[in-house]
Amino acid sequence: MDFIVNILALGIPFSVALLLASIGEMFNQRSGIFNLGCEGIMAMGAFIGMLIPYSVGQGGATAEIYNFLGIIAGALVGALLGLVFGVVVITFKAKQGIAGIGMQLFCVGAAGTLFRHFVGGTQSIPGIGKFYIPLLSKIPILGQIFFSHNILVYIAFLFVPLSVYILFKTPWGLRVRAVGTYPRAADSLGINVNRVRFQALAVGGALAGLAGAYLSLCQAKMFSDEMIAGRGFIAVALVYFGHWDPIKIMWGALLFSLAQSFQLAVQGQGINFPYEFAVMLPYVLVILTLAFSRDKKKQEPAALGIAFDREKRT
Amino acid sequence: MTRQFKILYKTSIILIAVIATLLIGSVILVTIDADVFRTYLVILTEPLKNKIQLTEVIIRSIPLSVIALGITVAYRSGIINIGAEGQMAIGILTSTAAALAFYNVPRPLNIIIIVVCGAIGGGIWGFIPGILKAKLKVSELLSTVMLNYIAAQFYTFFLRGPMIDPAELTLGSGTPQSMRLEKTVWLDRLIRGTRLHTGIFLVFVLAIFIYILLWKTSFGYKLRAAGASEKAAKYGGIKVAFFVTVSMVISGAFAGIAGSVEILGVHHRAIEGITSGYGFSGLVVALFGGLHPAGIIPASFLFGLLLVGADMTQRIVGVPANMVQVLEGIIILVIVAAQQVLNDKYLMDKIWKKFHAEEAK
Repeated sequence: MDFIVNILALGIPFSVALLLASIGEMFNQRSGIFNLGCEGIMAMGAFIGMLIPYSVGQGGATAEIYNFLGIIAGALVGALLGLVFGVVVITFKAKQGIAGIGMQLFCVGAAGTLFRHFVGGTQSIPGIGKFYIPLLSKIPILGQIFFSHNILVYIAFLFVPLSVYILFKTPWGLRVRAVGTYPRAADSLGINVNRVRFQALAVGGALAGLAGAYLSLCQAKMFSDEMIAGRGFIAVALVYFGHWDPIKIMWGALLFSLAQSFQLAVQGQGINFPYEFAVMLPYVLVILTLAFSRDKKKQEPAALGIAFDREKRT
Repeated sequence: MTRQFKILYKTSIILIAVIATLLIGSVILVTIDADVFRTYLVILTEPLKNKIQLTEVIIRSIPLSVIALGITVAYRSGIINIGAEGQMAIGILTSTAAALAFYNVPRPLNIIIIVVCGAIGGGIWGFIPGILKAKLKVSELLSTVMLNYIAAQFYTFFLRGPMIDPAELTLGSGTPQSMRLEKTVWLDRLIRGTRLHTGIFLVFVLAIFIYILLWKTSFGYKLRAAGASEKAAKYGGIKVAFFVTVSMVISGAFAGIAGSVEILGVHHRAIEGITSGYGFSGLVVALFGGLHPAGIIPASFLFGLLLVGADMTQRIVGVPANMVQVLEGIIILVIVAAQQVLNDKYLMDKIWKKFHAEEAK
């Protein structure tokens, strides 16, 4: 029983980075932009997120404030990088797949370069601790699984209903879906297609940056070059897996993080199983889900990956 | 529109692209208080200053160009293969296994066996995303990245477990590396005192092979047609799925060959960290070389220079070697953006008219 509770209690915080990044990527793709730079933006978010508490506010009563400043800065940098990506793929109409790889290389490289200059070697930071919800966290089992995490976990899961609301109930959400499905029609109704896409990229980038900051401040409590470890790419895959729907994406993120916490729990039990095969499990899972989750009614945004050009006939 | 104007237009865009690359890179350099001009100077000229460094540049450019040639085949058929790193790792594993298994085979035959085994290993690793793309429409961008991570785990698993050098176990140091290969399979050194090996000739052979395959055979024509326009190719009776899969197998096989040449020529055993960064660098070389063998060979030299130069910046100007990744990223972004501008005939027309109107006044 403890074994299962441990897996669940670990799996939920693990899912946060994936969840935030893939909801962000979902906004990108709903607006018609395929952003493979997610991995890199997460790396930059993670670096900036830890840099601020590390360099200005370690220890003392104000430490918590700087931690949250770090989180906000991570999101802002992410939004900025999303806009940079927008300049390449919207303004210059570059091919999105390959541009995303460029973005990823640029951001991962920049995070590594800046990290070596401003921090140097591996440095651990106090980070953001757990927040036990009063009363609820005292419930046996359920309290440990659901109500004893750090505050960002709760916020991240609030993003799921929030993004459903934004996407399906607000005018802006409608515009995002419109420019991702049929940009010419949206354009003829006076919607500035490229502006909406820029906005969606900023939102998506901010969420990816936030996911990165979560990783460095709450999960690993440090920064290293390989800390994202493909989570950005898994987040992109989750968007396909979740058919561009925030709730399904949440289930996907939970599935992957539970696989990961299961792997850790199995190792903790001392079961003799090659470590390397345990680590590759989530990546194998991504390929399998991509291969077998494609039903015919999938609702891929029709204009995904196509740059909008007003002067071009389609 | 005159011919001169077109040439002027294109060269000026390429110039702007180069300047933009250097400027964006200098944003990062300024942030870390580095001397921008000296950093670029060190990266581009320092490795050329002595014989050993220069040969190191060429040694780096050998796997880069082989990988880039493979990526070109995939790219021309419409697939972006970013899994070369994983394919190379698997190629190293299979060729090392072959080298250790067939240690008493005569030399020329043995080298061929080893390289072919490397190609098979890489080819299998390329086949997986190829068939997934062709049959199940799985995005190759995601599947190849995932296979990179999986291959990296296989690589450490084999080097720590089944293929570890027995000497490491008896000594107890446990460094994850394979046994050293027999001297009979090492590639000859070309210049005494340097590591430059005969693998360089293979680069030219493979470059010519790719040129003939892609541009002088009907197979290559169909492959390029499948990549240029899937629908038109299907209408013309070309089996797009077949060409997508085969081109990924070729692409993976080339990465595998690059791995076995690295083993036979440079390291003489499988160790950790051989493949690091070659996959993405190979992609940049392929793009920078215009996806053509004649461009890839000089491009691979340039990026070999960049890789060796970046190792030296840490010591000379205090810029971390990660800077080379930043530059590679910027180069990809600038190339793909500039390509659109270069192909934009309307923009060219607009600028031509503007200049013409001014002349008329």
